[in-house]
Amino acid sequence: MLAFSHFTSVLLFATFASVVFAITQRSTPRGMVRYGAFCWVLFVGSVIAASWLMYFVRK
Amino acid sequence: MASKAQTPAPPTTQGFAYSALLLGWLIPGAGHLITRHWVRALLLFVAITAMFALGLAMQAKVYTANTGDPLDMLGFAGDLGTGALYFIARIFSLGQPTVQLVTADYGTKFVVVAGLLNFIAAVDAHNLRIGRKV
Repeated sequence: MLAFSHFTSVLLFATFASVVFAITQRSTPRGMVRYGAFCWVLFVGSVIAASWLMYFVRK
Repeated sequence: MASKAQTPAPPTTQGFAYSALLLGWLIPGAGHLITRHWVRALLLFVAITAMFALGLAMQAKVYTANTGDPLDMLGFAGDLGTGALYFIARIFSLGQPTVQLVTADYGTKFVVVAGLLNFIAAVDAHNLRIGRKV
């Protein structure tokens, strides 16, 4: 059984979802790479931001 | 003499127009394969299949039909998006009937989202097939 941490799961989720979003939402290879990177940063960045928010709310 | 406006002829599709949609749903990336987008097909297959397999390896719950719970029905609809992967999981009793660990909860979401992503990929393959997207 695999037991990833929450953050590792987020990284994997962001990677796979970004690949699919990039391929389906853009037409050119360059556009796909840029959009995929954008989605990945947005996924991971949102999680990090939400984590810090919850940390300060808890304090 | 008035000239008629030239409109581009709609792209013609040979064969069954929904083949990419159905094949793309059944096997992740296969819809792009028949539209001759090899790299996209490979990337979609790897991403969606890996997400599904990792979900199962994390002890994901695999939803079944007719459980009576609306949330379970939505989970079933998401799971069904993985096409043949879902049926393989059901035939070989992969996955768990209930979520017992935190990682299993992550895994359940992985499997559901893999199905939803495959729906998007199948629709994209259909758009490529009928010429709506290049």
